Amino acid sequence: MVKELLKPGIYFLSGNVAAAEAALIAGCRFYAGYPITPASPLMEHMARRLPQVGGVFIQAEDEIAAIVMALGASAAGLKSMTATSGPGFSLMQEALGMGFMMELPLVVVDVQRAGPSTGLPTLGAQGDAMQAKWGTHGDYETVIYAPSTPQELFDMVIEAFNTSEMLRTPVVVLTDQFTAHSYGKIRVPPHEEIRIVDRAVAEKREGYLPYATDDLVPPFALPGEGYFFHLESLYHDERGYPTMNREKVGKLIDRLVSKVRLSADKIVKVEELGVDDADILVVSYGSVARVVKEVAYRAKSEGLRIGIFRPLVLWPFPYEKLRKAVERCSSPRVVVVEVNKGQVVHYVREAVGADVRVDLYSETPGFYPGPKDLLNFLKKVVGG
Amino acid sequence: MIRLPPVYRDIENLIRTERLPTIWCPGCGLGIVMKVFLRAVKDSGIPIEKHVIVTGIGCTGRFSGYVRLDGYHTIHGRAIPFAMGLKLAKPELEVTVVGGDGDIVSIGGNHFIHAARRNIDLNVIVVNNFNYGMTGGQSAPTTPIGVKTSTAPYGHYEEALNIPYLAIASGATYVARWSVLHHVQMYESFKKMFRHRGFAVVEILSPCLLFGFRNNMSVIDIYMELRRRCRVVKNPRAEDAYIEWGSDKPIILGEFIHVEKPTLEQKISELLRKAGAAY
Repeated sequence: MVKELLKPGIYFLSGNVAAAEAALIAGCRFYAGYPITPASPLMEHMARRLPQVGGVFIQAEDEIAAIVMALGASAAGLKSMTATSGPGFSLMQEALGMGFMMELPLVVVDVQRAGPSTGLPTLGAQGDAMQAKWGTHGDYETVIYAPSTPQELFDMVIEAFNTSEMLRTPVVVLTDQFTAHSYGKIRVPPHEEIRIVDRAVAEKREGYLPYATDDLVPPFALPGEGYFFHLESLYHDERGYPTMNREKVGKLIDRLVSKVRLSADKIVKVEELGVDDADILVVSYGSVARVVKEVAYRAKSEGLRIGIFRPLVLWPFPYEKLRKAVERCSSPRVVVVEVNKGQVVHYVREAVGADVRVDLYSETPGFYPGPKDLLNFLKKVVGG
Repeated sequence: MIRLPPVYRDIENLIRTERLPTIWCPGCGLGIVMKVFLRAVKDSGIPIEKHVIVTGIGCTGRFSGYVRLDGYHTIHGRAIPFAMGLKLAKPELEVTVVGGDGDIVSIGGNHFIHAARRNIDLNVIVVNNFNYGMTGGQSAPTTPIGVKTSTAPYGHYEEALNIPYLAIASGATYVARWSVLHHVQMYESFKKMFRHRGFAVVEILSPCLLFGFRNNMSVIDIYMELRRRCRVVKNPRAEDAYIEWGSDKPIILGEFIHVEKPTLEQKISELLRKAGAAY
């Protein structure tokens, strides 16, 4: 049995297990979850592995308790994680807002399945994209990773912990059943090569302000060490005291959204393949992007040049990079491929403007598009 | 800044006096609970900085913002799971949840029973004012049959929860109930709760202006009613703790249970030893 962190090397792991091992390497020492298909294998792996590295695992009574426990443990200084799927992700939305407002780092892995409602528990989809972006009430900004392979899931969970610690805010890794249940080659680099970020901790107890505005991200203080701070989920001032003052309310929400928006350059990541002089640009993200790659390969032999644009981080949305990619194509035509009824396509339309034709290839939730069908669709768009 | 009267000098440094006056109505019982709680904290023998307070939403939720302890004012109903996360991550903390009846046993009811089942070492003070006070006096799961509320204008007709009975059935290992008039017993009970290793629940019956408002009672009338009907009983039975309104049946106060059982933290630290790591 593995007693410590996964050693450097090559492994063959499922996406769920890769995500769990990545979390441990990133420093995660608390996991609270509630069983749900298709995220349960991640939780089961954590139940076995966390105690081996001195971490705490707990099975919560529901998803609301799971995310709130994880936020509580984060408040006590532990890097924390929870994982779930659509129905559980819906239940977690209010608490995600609390994490944003109280400025508590947390990583949430959403292993999407087809919804709405109980939907298709054992089949993947991409229907939670907008929920990840806008699910909690009120104004909100967050970082959402969209891995398309088990290896990317592994890498992005570590990156998600880093971003979450850097910005002191919850971060979502949006994967799905296709990626989390499939097995793949996982390369674990030498640990010293893996970048690990820890939240900035307050140095001075005297005059400590939990929501100081000197920087976009105020330094964190541990409970039980004599800071006597107050963390608040109502709109609050620098001391954490509730306020209804227009100026203070504005200052807080501006800072909370700015710390994510102004970090976009550091966070945004896209993959571009064959964009220059492409006949058509295909935008996709997550597991379905693997089908698009196959289609692009098949199209080449038929003389159709497909450019691939894939956000690895869905939000902050790569507006500028996408606009520039379209300009590099031979004609301004974009197709968005999603396993939902059309969600990220709206962001793509906003990014490229009304002069660029944007079509949606919407696959039935729960199913991958067949390469032949997708290729025929793209040919029709190019021909028409 | 408001200077407190000399009688509060001993706990003045534990109150965020810059935040006074509180939002609580004159006559509300919450001020008494806060005063007694802080005296118990001061005399607990546990370093002040190890005391952490977690609250949810409602009038009682504001508690965490008035006391000078590390505090968290979280969302409605979720104070207990938040406190669990804190405690499991940093077991040396002395974590107290203070919440209203709606916060703890209605929207947070699931967390209450499961935290009790696990016997995690948490202190939970439930301030029961029989209704949702902050939001205008709506019915709560503790509202007695027959009284009027803003959501039961023809009289409340649902059975009320018996909090001590629920707590014991769920596995709590220290359960007591007092009214705000019983501040001496409350003080002793809070101190016991801090010493107790396991899930401790102290219910405090507290008058609410809004509750009286729709039932033709002044807040003083509610204090008088509590004084008239509360009976301190030695080793009371939780089955007898059900509260009826408008009857002469005594309202039972006392310590319903006080037993030692392994806590969740003890079990986790055992597990970690087995798995080869130190907790």
